[in-house]
Amino acid sequence: MKAMEHAQAAEAFIRDEARTDWHDETLWFVRQKRDLAAQGLPEWEQLRDWASGIKNHTLSNLSQYLALFEENALKNGIKVHWAMDAVEHNQIIHQIIKEGKICRMVKSKSMLTEECHLNAYLAAQGIEVIDTDLGERIVQLRKEAPSHIVLPAIHLKKEDVSDTFNEFLDTEKGNNDPQYLTESARQHLRDYFVGAELAITGVNFAIAETGGFVVCTNEGNADMGAHAANIHIACMGIEKLIPKAEHLGVFLRLLARSATGQPITTYSSHFHRPRPGQQMHLVIVDNGRSRQLGRADFRNSLKCIRCAACFNTCPVYRRSGGHSYHTAVAGPIGSILNPNIDMKANADLPFASTLCGSCSNVCPVKIDIHEQLYKWRQVLVKEGHVPSSKKTGMAAMTLVLSKPTLYRLAGKMGRVALKYAPFVVNNSLNPWYKQRDMPQAPEESFREWYQKNRK
Amino acid sequence: MKIGLFIPCYIDQFYPKAAVAALELLEKMGLEVYFPKNQTCCGQPMANSGFEHLTTGCNRLFIENFSSFDYIVCPSGSCVMHLKEHLHLSGHDQQAKAIREKLYELTEFLTDILEINELSASFPFKVGLHQSCHGQRGLKLSQMTELVAPAFSKPEKLLAMVKGLELIPLNRKDECCGFGGTFCVTEEAVSVKMGKDRLSDHLRNGAQYITATDLSCLMHLEGILRRQKSSLKIIHIAEILNHQPL
Repeated sequence: MKAMEHAQAAEAFIRDEARTDWHDETLWFVRQKRDLAAQGLPEWEQLRDWASGIKNHTLSNLSQYLALFEENALKNGIKVHWAMDAVEHNQIIHQIIKEGKICRMVKSKSMLTEECHLNAYLAAQGIEVIDTDLGERIVQLRKEAPSHIVLPAIHLKKEDVSDTFNEFLDTEKGNNDPQYLTESARQHLRDYFVGAELAITGVNFAIAETGGFVVCTNEGNADMGAHAANIHIACMGIEKLIPKAEHLGVFLRLLARSATGQPITTYSSHFHRPRPGQQMHLVIVDNGRSRQLGRADFRNSLKCIRCAACFNTCPVYRRSGGHSYHTAVAGPIGSILNPNIDMKANADLPFASTLCGSCSNVCPVKIDIHEQLYKWRQVLVKEGHVPSSKKTGMAAMTLVLSKPTLYRLAGKMGRVALKYAPFVVNNSLNPWYKQRDMPQAPEESFREWYQKNRK
Repeated sequence: MKIGLFIPCYIDQFYPKAAVAALELLEKMGLEVYFPKNQTCCGQPMANSGFEHLTTGCNRLFIENFSSFDYIVCPSGSCVMHLKEHLHLSGHDQQAKAIREKLYELTEFLTDILEINELSASFPFKVGLHQSCHGQRGLKLSQMTELVAPAFSKPEKLLAMVKGLELIPLNRKDECCGFGGTFCVTEEAVSVKMGKDRLSDHLRNGAQYITATDLSCLMHLEGILRRQKSSLKIIHIAEILNHQPL
C-alpha cells in the first residue's frame, strides 16, 4: 500500500547515494547481459516482431482462445476456475485449501498472487503460505513486498540477507558468504517442500491448443512444490495465453534473454495434466485486464510477458528502487498497468519517467511503454488526478506561450529577474535550485539579437 | 530554398548563442533563413505534463508562423519530436501535416537534406556527445544501444568533420540525463542523480566539453556542473559546427 508518492519515496531512497549507485550498477549489469544475449541473435528484432504479432492476434481473439484453452484443459483433467478480480481469486484458493483441509503449503513465484495480495488475505484467515523462491522468501521474512518482478530482493545486499537469516533462520551473525546463506535457505525450505500438501505456482504461458501451461524458473521450486504436493494450483492472468505450442519457440527465446541475459531459464516446465491421485487447479484471473483490453491506447500493455527488461534499463527505476512504485509490478510496465487497476492511487506513476523511451526499445513484445506513459498522463489530468497547483501553473504557462507579446515580456522579465533579483528563484522553494544553479541570463534574447542584426 | 528557423522558447531566452550559431551555419550553406518573430513554444511542457489539451494556442501560433517555408529547421530534437507527433489543429489538418513533414532537427537537416560532407569548423577539444533521448530514440538521429541493428549517428558524422575535435567514448553511450521536462522539478531527486551520473561518465572519460542536439539536457547538466564548480563545460552542437579556427 502507498505510504508516499513515487517522488518522495525516490528521494528517500537516493539519500543513501552509495547504495543507490550500487543498485543502479547491479541492474545496469543485468541490462548489459541482456544486450549481449540479444546481440548473439541476428534475428532478435524479427523475434520481437513475431512475439508482438502473436500477442496482438491472441488479444484480438482472446475470448475464443480462452474458451478453447478451458475446453482442452478440462479434457486434460485440470480443474478450471474463473476469477473476476483479486478477491474472487483469493476466495477460490481459500476454498480449495478449506476443502482439502490443508495446513502446509508452498508457493513459487507468482506475481499475480502478489497483485491479488493472496498472502495477506490467507494470513487474515490464519493460513500461512511459504514463498520458496530465495528472493521471495527473503522479502517474506522481512515482511516486505518484492521490489522487482524477476529479482524480488534486488534492493537488498548480502549483509541485509545475512541479518535477516540470522534473525529468522538462526544463521551465524555476520556471515555474509552467499554460498552459506543460500545453503541455509535451502535447508530451511527443504522441510517445507517435503511437508507441503499444496503448491501454488504462477504461469508464464498457457497454450490454447493443448490446454497445458509452462512455468519458467531458475531455482526449480515450482517443480519441486508441484511434484511433491497432492494439490497444485496454478494462477494466471487472462493475458498469459498463446495459441499454439510452436509459439513457445519465439517466447522462450526472448524471455530469459530479456530478463537476465540467459539463453533460457534453467527450468521451462510444461504442465498438461495432474498425475494420478493429484489435483491440478488453474485459476484464470481478470482483475481489470478486460477493462484494459477495452482501452485502445493501452491494450498493448497486456502483451507483457513479465521479463522486467524495462525495469533494468529504466534510469529512474535503477535510482529509485522498486518499492517507490508502491505496487506489485513496479517499473515502467507497472506504471502503465497500475493506473488501470486504481487510477487515483497510482496517478503518480506515469509521471515517474523522463519518457526517454529505452523501455520500449528493450521490450521483447514491443509494447510502446513510453508512449502509453504519455497517454496515461493525458487521461489522469482529464480525470482530475493531478494537484490543483499543477493545473494553475499549466494554465499560466499556456497563457504566456500562446501570446507572443506576453511571451516576450515574460521572457524579458524572467531574464531581468535572474540578473538583478536572483533571490526570487535561487531559494529553497524552487526545486531546480536545490542541487542545480539557474541558467545564466544573457543580456538579450535571440529575437532581440535578430532584430538588431538581421532585420 | 526558404528556411524557417524555429528557436524554442528556452533557447531564445537563455541560450541565444546556440540560436545565432544555428542561423549562421545555415546561412553559410547559402540558404535564405528567416526567423518568424511571433513564434513562442512547441507546447511540449504542457503536453508532457498531461495537458496536451492546452496546446491549441501554441499549435495555432506555430502553424501561422511556419506554414510558408520550404523547410523548418530547429536546433532541438525534443521540440521537433513533439511537433512531429502532436502538431494538430482542427480545421487546419493539411497545414499541420505539411509542417510535420517539412520540419527537421538541425543535424538531420544537415546530413539528410543538405547532405553535407565537409565543414570549415575547428574545435580542438575533447568532447563528449550526450545523446538526447528524444532526438535519438524519437527522431532516430543515431542508433540505439537497445536494438540489434547497424550503428549510425548523424551528430557524430558531423562532429567528425570538425578539425581538432576528439570525441571521447562513454561507458553508457545513450543513458538519459534526467531532465525530462517538468520531471526535473517534480522528481527533483531522481533527476539530479541521473544528471550527476551522466556527468561522472563524461568526466571519467576526459571530456572538456559536453555537447548535444538538445539544450534542455545541457541546461540541466550545466546547472549541476555550475553548482559543483566543475571546469567541464556544455556547448550546443550548432556552436561546435559553426566554430571558426582561431
